[in-house]
Amino acid sequence: MKGRIHSLESFGTVDGPGTRFVVFTQGCPMRCAYCHNPDTWEVNGGTLMDAEYIIEQYKRNEPFYNGGGITVTGGEPLLQVDFLIDLFTLAKKNQIHTCIDTSGITFNPENEAYLKKLDSLMELTDLVMLDIKHIDEAHHLELTAQSNTNILKFAAYLNDKNVDMWIRHVVVPGITDEDEYLFQLGYFIGQFQNLKALDALPYHTMGENKYEKLGMEYKLHGVPAMDKDALLEKKKVIIEGIKKRRAEATSC
Amino acid sequence: MRPEWKDFVGGKWEKEVNVRDFIQKNYHPYDGDESFLADATQNTKDLWAQVLELQKKEREAGGVLDMDTKVVSTIVSHGPGYLDKSKETIVGFQTDKPFKRSLQPYGGIRMAEKACSDNGYEVDPEISEFFSTHRKTHNAGCFDAYNAEMRACRSSHIITGLPDAYGRGRIIGDYRRVALYGIDRLIEDKLEQKDSTGRVMTDDVIRLREEISEQIVALKQMKEMAASYGCDISKPASNVQEAIQATYFGYLCAVKEQNGAAMSLGRTSTFLDVYAERDLANGTFTEEQIQEFVDHFIMKLRLIKFARTPEYNQIFAGDPVWVTESLAGVGVDGRPLVTRMSFRYLHTLTNLGASPEPNLTVLWSTRLPEAWKKYCAKMSILTSSIQYENDDLMRVSHGDDYGIACCVSSMVIGKEMQFFGARANLAKCLLYALNGGVDEVTKKQVGPKYRAVEGDVLEYNDVYDKFMDMIEWQADVYVNTLNIIHYMHDKYCYERAEMALHDRDVKRYFATGVAGLSIVADSLSAIKYAKVEVIRDEDGVIVDFKTTGDFPKYGNDDDRVDDIAQDIVHKFMTAIRRHHTYRNGVPTTSILTITSNVTYGKATGNTPDGRKKGQPFAPGANPMHGRDTHGAVASLASVSKLPFKDAQDGISNTFTIIPGALGKEDAVFAGDIELDLNN
Repeated sequence: MKGRIHSLESFGTVDGPGTRFVVFTQGCPMRCAYCHNPDTWEVNGGTLMDAEYIIEQYKRNEPFYNGGGITVTGGEPLLQVDFLIDLFTLAKKNQIHTCIDTSGITFNPENEAYLKKLDSLMELTDLVMLDIKHIDEAHHLELTAQSNTNILKFAAYLNDKNVDMWIRHVVVPGITDEDEYLFQLGYFIGQFQNLKALDALPYHTMGENKYEKLGMEYKLHGVPAMDKDALLEKKKVIIEGIKKRRAEATSC
Repeated sequence: MRPEWKDFVGGKWEKEVNVRDFIQKNYHPYDGDESFLADATQNTKDLWAQVLELQKKEREAGGVLDMDTKVVSTIVSHGPGYLDKSKETIVGFQTDKPFKRSLQPYGGIRMAEKACSDNGYEVDPEISEFFSTHRKTHNAGCFDAYNAEMRACRSSHIITGLPDAYGRGRIIGDYRRVALYGIDRLIEDKLEQKDSTGRVMTDDVIRLREEISEQIVALKQMKEMAASYGCDISKPASNVQEAIQATYFGYLCAVKEQNGAAMSLGRTSTFLDVYAERDLANGTFTEEQIQEFVDHFIMKLRLIKFARTPEYNQIFAGDPVWVTESLAGVGVDGRPLVTRMSFRYLHTLTNLGASPEPNLTVLWSTRLPEAWKKYCAKMSILTSSIQYENDDLMRVSHGDDYGIACCVSSMVIGKEMQFFGARANLAKCLLYALNGGVDEVTKKQVGPKYRAVEGDVLEYNDVYDKFMDMIEWQADVYVNTLNIIHYMHDKYCYERAEMALHDRDVKRYFATGVAGLSIVADSLSAIKYAKVEVIRDEDGVIVDFKTTGDFPKYGNDDDRVDDIAQDIVHKFMTAIRRHHTYRNGVPTTSILTITSNVTYGKATGNTPDGRKKGQPFAPGANPMHGRDTHGAVASLASVSKLPFKDAQDGISNTFTIIPGALGKEDAVFAGDIELDLNN
């Protein structure tokens, strides 16, 4: 089957371990205010490609990806689970490290058919990078126009499935940088044994001109980029939360 | 065994001049990390502060602090010069003081005069008179022999950057020989060589005998020059300080006599490490002392300067010396050639700060030790001062004792040399093919009057055939022009110091080069896959194009156009190979305009790929700016398909990326979260 693909990037260095071939899928239900790829939102757009084509593109330059692999990001990759199963089945046949960069928004613990498919996909997935936009439900709704309940459940699901997980969190000045919530986030993810890395991403304003080009309103207009030193302080707060949770776990 | 060689493992190198054998028998591979390295000493800091002060003065003076206008530079023309004699552990300048540029008129007196006058100096009229009337220069020789077609090609820039008015450079003497054997032994060897030439006095034999005689004179002068600094290099070096000093003196003689387009150093670090290891073992020197010698050596290399004109600086973007030093690599027996000295060389970037010179070039192999790879990466991130080249590729044809001249030209040290040949403008050649040899800028008939394209829409097969015919012509006039240039350079501006440190029978590469490859590939792709209409001026000369539709562009790992690029390189090289080359030089080509792409672009009209008249070419083998839309790997993949066997003088790709796009900063990304939690 074919997937809806926004674009392919041959040199990804910030989307998982090593140098990676990055597949941007088309379509996303989230409307994150700071999204820097709003051109990937539309679910009916993109170019149709099959798994064979994408793996062939990867194989052409395989030596570059030594220590890396394939990352599927988007858009929201998990909108196209059937296609991902195709793609990762073929990837695994070729011993390629597989990674999904997701918001977790499509996770639905009630839908058994969906879960069954997701289970098979997780068998083929080496790493999930889960982007938690905000730990607080009300703030999450405001920021992304979606609830975070199932996203947080998805983290627990990944832990149960024993799939390695990196947590990503974009720190936006004045919006997602409150210490209270950062600590809560850390405390929440600290319970998971599959947590392998924390990627605190500094908010940048480079996406803004895409909105202009697309004739869309940029909700965060005027919000400054996140300062790197301040970011390191924020990262510490999340780490404190993780430590607290882990200390509690070991003490009981 | 000689006393200076005590504790060394003997071998063939004792009986014959064979530095590689010495290295292989004696070097200690090092797979540890950089923790052993020593900081800059107080003397080093003082000397470097002095250099920075002089650099500031030089900038304030407009780029040149002092020029010699009276004394023609030779190995022994100038007395010793120092920064601070009491603090320098490695000594020697090109003239009698630092930052004073030497006068080198043998390449061409007008260039020497212009380099002076453009910087506010005037060459002594007696010197000008002498080199115009009594002593012919390389430049004068070339113009005596050029024909009208060659002159036309030169002024219309279809062949361009030719070394007919300046030193060709690109020859690396095996400066290590001075340290290992001492000058007396090298002279003995040269006398034997002279005695071994053929007895029938053909042109070749006469020339060889004269050249060896010149080489012997150079060797004697090296000794004399070193003596003026109080150093005896007649005998082998007996410790690492003497070895570095002798190696540097060898190189210094070369740059005293040649203002070449690239004056590279070779591959000295692992050789010198053999001495360092022995001195450390015997307690002769400490690590701190050895690092100080290396720092002072590198400091001297950073202060090599030449008198050059603004035009020259425009072609080469500044006045680079290309003191390229090749580091690391892997031996043919599989042992990495990384030693502690490799680390010490890179460590100068910490002790003295970042610098483009010397051009520290790491011969990269997947089999280099991990600690070394990490250190290289670290130093690259900190200083952006390291060049990398593919040892796994070059070792196949050059073995494990080659070095890089300039930026990519590989040659076995002391056994191979190159005749540098600038480049042919392929983009212009394509336009000549369309216009039947008429230059699109000057409207002059420069190339042969072949049939121009007819009609309004370009037809691929027609254009391709005409282009192939024009390439044949271009290669012909190009190679023949170079034959003249190298004949005259040998005759009037011979590199006696560098060639004194070569074997008798050297392999000579006859280097050519191309510019504008990506423009031609994209243009042909546009003609093949889109619709290209021509726009003619009032004289019927095609001066512009109108392209309708999209076409595959080089730099996206798309075989449809990448195949065209490969084919052009192969066809060009095939055309070059058809010609007689001076001194049976082995023809090679390069795709490596790193800076001159701007100048070439200025001289070239609109091209069918959509590039406008005067716009710069892409550097080297790069895709045209902004046309590679599939990321860096796809872009590099297109470049990597170019056939190395047809471009053995090197293929370059200039790649710039913002640091943030190369990966996460350690501080931001908690990659190993368990470690982070324990802090």
